[in-house]
Amino acid sequence: MRRIISVLMENEPGSLSRVVGLFSQRGYNIDTLTVAPTEDQTLSRLTMTTHGNDQVIEQITKHLNKLIDVVKVVDLTEGPHIERELMLLKVRASDAQRAEIKRCVDIFRGQIIDVNTNAYTVQIVGNSDKLDAFIQAVGDADILELVRSGVSGLARGEKSLRL
Amino acid sequence: MELLSGGDIVVRALKDAGVKHIWGYPGGAALHIYDALFKQQDVQHILVRHEQAAVHAADGHSRSTGEVGAVLVTSGPGATNAITGIATAYMDSIPMVVISGQVPREKIGGDAFQETDMVGISRPIVKHSFLVTDAKDIASVIAKAFYIAGTGRPGPVVVDIPKDVTDPNHRVPYEYPEKIKIRSYQPTTKGHSGQIKRAIKTLLAAKRPVIYSGGGVVLGEASSQLTELAKLLNVPVTNTLMGLGAYPGTDRQFLGMLGMHGTYEANAAMHHADVILAVGARFDDRVTNTPNKFCPSAKIIHIDVDPTSISKTVAIDIPIVGPCDAVLQEMIAQVERSSSQLDETAIAEWWTQIDEWRDRHGIYSKPRHAPSEGNIIKPQDVIKTLFKVTNGDAYVTSDVGQHQMFAAQYYLFDKPRRWINSGGLGTMGFGLPAAMGVQLAHPDAAVACVTGEGSIQMCIQELSTCTQYGLPVKIINLNNQALGMVRQWQDMQYSSRYSSSLYEDSLPDFVKLAESYGHVGIRVTHFDELEEKMAECFSLKDRVVFMDICVDRSEHVYPMHVAPGSMRDMWLSKTERT
Ligand SMILES: Cc1ncc(C[n+]2csc(CCOP(=O)(O)OP(=O)(O)O)c2C)c(N)n1
Ligand SMILES: [Mg+2]
Repeated sequence: MRRIISVLMENEPGSLSRVVGLFSQRGYNIDTLTVAPTEDQTLSRLTMTTHGNDQVIEQITKHLNKLIDVVKVVDLTEGPHIERELMLLKVRASDAQRAEIKRCVDIFRGQIIDVNTNAYTVQIVGNSDKLDAFIQAVGDADILELVRSGVSGLARGEKSLRL
Repeated sequence: MELLSGGDIVVRALKDAGVKHIWGYPGGAALHIYDALFKQQDVQHILVRHEQAAVHAADGHSRSTGEVGAVLVTSGPGATNAITGIATAYMDSIPMVVISGQVPREKIGGDAFQETDMVGISRPIVKHSFLVTDAKDIASVIAKAFYIAGTGRPGPVVVDIPKDVTDPNHRVPYEYPEKIKIRSYQPTTKGHSGQIKRAIKTLLAAKRPVIYSGGGVVLGEASSQLTELAKLLNVPVTNTLMGLGAYPGTDRQFLGMLGMHGTYEANAAMHHADVILAVGARFDDRVTNTPNKFCPSAKIIHIDVDPTSISKTVAIDIPIVGPCDAVLQEMIAQVERSSSQLDETAIAEWWTQIDEWRDRHGIYSKPRHAPSEGNIIKPQDVIKTLFKVTNGDAYVTSDVGQHQMFAAQYYLFDKPRRWINSGGLGTMGFGLPAAMGVQLAHPDAAVACVTGEGSIQMCIQELSTCTQYGLPVKIINLNNQALGMVRQWQDMQYSSRYSSSLYEDSLPDFVKLAESYGHVGIRVTHFDELEEKMAECFSLKDRVVFMDICVDRSEHVYPMHVAPGSMRDMWLSKTERT
């Protein structure tokens, strides 16, 4: 099953490599990964999506907790949560295609953030399924370049991952 | 506040961390630290002959004392030579701090002379690691390193220090932290009382209970609590290779080691048990045989300080995360308070069954191997003689192979921290340097290194270290002129095709070799002379003695798990199976 795991860890050199190393060392999967410092500069927040059976996921969260630099770990998929991913893509857009692509971007509530004669650069934000659906909708043939941020997320309500 | 250079701070912090001996080998990036060592008396440095041995020696020190071992190596090749030792310690959860020199800060990343990314290389085999980037951080990092290494589930910690950080001309204030607090690291100090209650209820309802305990009981100083609980309940106990000595080996309730080369009675008891109390053990593949055939009718209670050990390979019914000593103490208290008791008739029947297994296939009820005779010395008899000559009270280190398994089977340890071997990584070359570490920590004790002619040659250079520091270890070389354990597998699985397990007359004369280092060499070729010569060996209290004992090459280690299979599926001899 797909899981979103969120980790609060010391913002130290080497912390990220310990997390990534853990996954390769133990044969776990990382599907997406995002990491950046939080409002408290001494802490980083890392969000990853992974998949595996319950036993594997349990081991993943336990091993993450065991890393000395890791302060807290939460599996967001265990409760109600919000997830978002940012995608930027450059699509070929000349003459006849332009209107069609613009309509598509509007339907997905995205934005065209750069324009030239032959291409649009589009920004879409949403959960990963929505991003996948957009890619389907524009069709692979028209995509010149694509970058996705990986998933970020928070638990719904007042629950928060903090010290 | 006192002003000290980085090099002096390293040494002072080691002293303040309680280190009396540090094992190591110098080189460019570590020379400021070596100069600081030269100027003081509190921390004694022991110069080994290879960095791997420095780590094994510190490891032996730690295993035999419970203290955190200390190692100092230089950058590059010094650091990489230490890696096998660090991995050995990591696999067996041995607390130690390894300080490695590093190239100066401004050279890091530039492929400088003797530069190696030590933090990167060691990452998967350490509990934690630090790269010190400022002299004023050294003391607190070393203090943290010792704290992390020695608490929770112990393990090795690497502290990598660039040369310019130890510059003798740059002085900074020295302060060793009195208390250590790490916000992201809080090891568990007690078990969940609700879980303990459930465990006791399950345990007291058992008809065929077994206690399966491992290295965690030794590391967690829980041996007396384990023994008390087992006695209170009159329940059989089996130990893993790493747990030997945690429960007295000569006690009636002890079934011997379990697992691949465990006793039949231990493995059969596990297989038929209805409740297993696992304490500080990790359901290693050398224990369980095929996991989905493991102990089909047992409810399993598992006490471990490390949550990742729980349900890793075998699903656990009642997990208890916490230190073994505290949890067992609480269990004893609850058993004493409990209104229910174990069903005495059921337990008596269980013991009758176990005694029948012991009688039928046990290696202690009568010898299952052919007797030694004339110039055929059975390796098992060497260990039995060692046990007899040392009154079962020696520190025994071991290398890896058949000799290790024979030692584990036939030397019955009554005390924890007496049996010192590389269980998790299975590192040939461990035995001699580990024995040096044990001997330095226990100068008056008898320390035997049970080894094979294969393993001993992996760290044989340490005979020179023994000379320099007067470490009178006794080397018991079970010389079968073969990589015996490899040969055994080749006999059993490869129709005796001995691919690279023989030396073709290239072995050295170990007696002369020992003598060339200034030690005593004794060769034994006849069984009649074994005991007498062994006694002579141990009577030479302040000498290193190398006993080269020619043992029967054709001997296999039995019992042995039949794989794939369940716990009770075993070879009992070359021809007999359960
Ligand atoms: C460093 C290392 N290399 C290889 C092995 C694989 N191995 C396990 S036992 C063994 C043979 C050991 O021979 P010896 O020390 O003579 O002991 P014996 O089995 O003959 O008693 C080998 C090669 C190992 N455990 N460690
Ligand atoms: Mg051999």
